[in-house]
Amino acid sequence: MLIKTIFSGFGGQGVLSVGQTLARAAMLENKFVTYLPSYGAEVRGGTANCTVTISDEEIASPIASEPEFVVALNQPSFFRFQSLLPSGGMLLYNASLVSAESIRGDIETVGIPITDLAAELGNLKVANMVMLGAFIRISNLIVFDRMIKHLPDILGTGKAPLLKLNREALQRGYDYAKDIRR
Amino acid sequence: MNKQLMYGTHALAEAAIQAGCTCYFGYPITPQNELPEYMAQRLTEIPGGVFIQAESELAAINMVLGASAAGARALTSSSSPGISLKQEGISFMAGMELPAVIANIMRGGPGLGNIAPSQADYFQATRGGGHGDYRIIVLAPGSVQEIADLTFRAFDLADTYRIPVMILGDGMLGQLMEPVIIPKPRQEPLPEKDYIVSGAQGRQPRVIKSLILDTREMEEHNWKLFRKYQLIQQRETRWESYLTDDAELIVIAYGTAARIAKGAIKRLRKDDPNMKIGLLRPITLWPFPTKAIKESLSTASDYFVFEMSAGQMVDDVLLSLEGKGRVHFYGRPGGIVPTPAELARSIARRYYQMKRTRKR
Amino acid sequence: MKRIYVRPQTLRPVPMHYCPGCGHSIIHRLIAEVLDEMKLREKAICVPPAGCAVLAYNYLDIDMVEAPHGRATAVATGIKRVRPANLVFSYQGDGDLAAIGTAEALHAANRGEQITVIFVNNAVYGMTGGQMAPTTLLGQKTTTSPFGRNVKTEGPPIKVCELLAGLGSSAYLERVAVNSPANVKKAKSAIAKAFTYQLRKAGFTLVEILSPCPTNWKMDPVAACRWIDEEMMTVFPLGVIKDLPC
Repeated sequence: MLIKTIFSGFGGQGVLSVGQTLARAAMLENKFVTYLPSYGAEVRGGTANCTVTISDEEIASPIASEPEFVVALNQPSFFRFQSLLPSGGMLLYNASLVSAESIRGDIETVGIPITDLAAELGNLKVANMVMLGAFIRISNLIVFDRMIKHLPDILGTGKAPLLKLNREALQRGYDYAKDIRR
Repeated sequence: MNKQLMYGTHALAEAAIQAGCTCYFGYPITPQNELPEYMAQRLTEIPGGVFIQAESELAAINMVLGASAAGARALTSSSSPGISLKQEGISFMAGMELPAVIANIMRGGPGLGNIAPSQADYFQATRGGGHGDYRIIVLAPGSVQEIADLTFRAFDLADTYRIPVMILGDGMLGQLMEPVIIPKPRQEPLPEKDYIVSGAQGRQPRVIKSLILDTREMEEHNWKLFRKYQLIQQRETRWESYLTDDAELIVIAYGTAARIAKGAIKRLRKDDPNMKIGLLRPITLWPFPTKAIKESLSTASDYFVFEMSAGQMVDDVLLSLEGKGRVHFYGRPGGIVPTPAELARSIARRYYQMKRTRKR
Repeated sequence: MKRIYVRPQTLRPVPMHYCPGCGHSIIHRLIAEVLDEMKLREKAICVPPAGCAVLAYNYLDIDMVEAPHGRATAVATGIKRVRPANLVFSYQGDGDLAAIGTAEALHAANRGEQITVIFVNNAVYGMTGGQMAPTTLLGQKTTTSPFGRNVKTEGPPIKVCELLAGLGSSAYLERVAVNSPANVKKAKSAIAKAFTYQLRKAGFTLVEILSPCPTNWKMDPVAACRWIDEEMMTVFPLGVIKDLPC
C-alpha cells in the first residue's frame, strides 16, 4: 500500500496543519510516512499545499506524481490540482466555497460543506479538521478511533486548549462522510 | 528520545545540539531557513548557547572559524549560492585544521538558479570547494533519519580529524517531514583539544593560522594534510549496497536520487524477479567508495549513474572503474525530481540492452 | 642605576620585519605594554589581519587566531561569544577593516560585540605595494590612483570612527596617532581605555591609529610623521569620537 494525498487551499485555512496531523497519526500507527509542503516563492500569494504519503514500506519519492487523493479547500485549488489526479483518483472539495463542477469525467468527486459544518460548531478555523475527519472515513488510511485516542499527542501541547473542538470537528466530518464510499 | 515527525532541517539542528553543538551562525536563504529559525529558539535553552544571524555567509563562516578556534562545536548552514560565499572560510579552516560542520541544502543553479531540490554542488563539495589543496568530508543523507544520524556523527568526525565536514542534502530533504528518532545526547565529555585559544595561562601561547610563507614548510603541511586525507579514505568511507550481490547492472546514486532509484529497483525486481539489478549508494561522497565500486565488477558489467544534475558524480564512478564496465548516465538537473516510474523505465531500457549485447 | 627602558614581557625578543619608520612596531609595543601593565597577557586573544601585520603573532606573545582578509571582527565575534571572560581584540588595517571587511566591522559594532578593534590607518595598502585604500586622501597618489584620488570617481576617504559612531551599540571610539612622543602616549592610554571598557562589557570599542608608512608614501620617516600632522589630521581629526560612560 502506498497512498499519496495532496491537501490544498488558501494560506490560513490550515492546509499544512491538516497534512501534518494526518502524517503524525499515520506515524503513530507505525506506518511509513512523508510530509512535503510547497515552499518559497510558491507559497507567496496566498495558496498553500502539501503532500502526505502513507505506506507499508519505505517511501521512495515523497513527491505527489500521481496522487490517489486531492483535497481542495478552496476553488483555485480545486481547479489547479484536479488535473494531477490519474484516472480513478478522488477529489474531495470544500462544497461551501467551491461552486464549480469538475470537468473531468474519469475521477470521483465528493463535496463536503466543511465551512458550513465548522460554522455549526462555532469556529470556522476547524473546517480543515472537519475535512480530515471526512477524509479518514473515505480513504480508510488510518484507524479513526485510534487517532482520536492519540489526539493530544498528535496535536501537541500548543493546541491542548483546542483539543475538544478539534475532536468534535474530526467527528463531525467523519459522521458526515458515513454514506460516502470509495 | 521517542519517534517524532520532524523536518529535515529541524532534525539536523536537533541532532547537532545532541552532539554537543553550542554555536550556530548563519544567514537566511531558501530552502533551509527553518534550520536557523529552530536554532534561534533552541540554543537559548543550551548553557553557553550562541546564535547569531550574521550579516552575510562570509561573516557566518568566519564566526564558525572563531568559535571553533575557541574550542566550541559550531554549525553553519546555507544553500548553494550561500555555500559559494562560505568557501573562503572553509579553505581557511582546512588549512588551519579546525573542525566545523557545514550543511548545504542544495538548490538549482548556477547563479541564483531556483529553490528546488538539486544535486548540482557535488563537484564543489567533493573537491574541497575553495582554493588550495584540500578536501573536506562530505556526508550525503537520504532520509530525515539519516540527516539526524549523520549530523551527530559529523561533529565527531570533524573533531577526530580536525577537518570541516559537510552535510550535503537538497531542498526536498530539508523541507521533508518524516518520522525520526534523534540520537541520544552525548554522555562522554568532548575530546580534549590541545590547540585551541583560551588565553595563554600557564602555557605557551598558541597560534592558529594557515599562513606558511616558507615553501618547504608549506609543502610539508600539504603532505601532512594529504596523509590525513588518506587515513580518512581508509577508515571513513561509507556506502549502502542494496541487492547488489548478483547484480549485473548497478545503479549508483546518492541522497534524494538514491531513494528514487531504490524505489525504481524495487518496482523492477517485483515485475521481473529475474532482473539482476541493484543499488550502490555512496553515503560519504568524499571519501568516495571507489573500492566498493571497483569490486562490484565481479558481478556487474553495466553501471547506471543517476544524479539530479547534468552529471558530476559520474566522473568519480568512471575513475573508480578505471576503464572497465559500461557506464550510463541519467540526469535531471534544474530542480526536477523524477518519479520512480520514470527512472525505472530508463533503467529497464539499459538493462535489456545489456542483456541483448551479452547474448551476442 | 635606574632602569628606564625595558622590553615588555608580551613583546617577543625578535627583530621585526617592518620597514624603517613604520608605525606597526610602535603600535605592537603599545599593545604589549598595556597587556603587561593590565596583567592581561594570559587572558588576551588577538585576531591579526591579512596585511603588513599578518605576522603579528611572531611579535606578540599571546594566543592568536588568523582571519581571512577583512573577517577579523567576525572571527573575534566567534571567539568572544564562546569565551566571554577573555580579552579579545582584532588588529586591522584600513583595507582590511574599511574596504573588504566593512560589513563585518559595522555589524560587529552594531551588535555591540564585546571586542576591541585596533584599527591602523595609514591611508594606503602596505603589504601589496602601495595601492589606494578607502582612507587614501583626496589627491594622494598611489599605485592605483596615479593621478591622485579623485572624489568624482573614487569618492572621499572613509572616516571609520565617525561612521561607527552612529551605531547604537558602539561604546568607545577614539582616533589617535603615533607620529610624535606625545601622540604615542595618548595612543597607549586609548588602547588601555578600550581594553578596560571591554572588560566592563561596555560594548564595541575601536581605537583608530594614524600611522606612518614612509615606504609607500615615498617619504623619509620624519616627513611621514609631519605628513600625518599636516595632511591626515585635517581629514581625520584626533580625539574621542564616542564615549559612552560605563
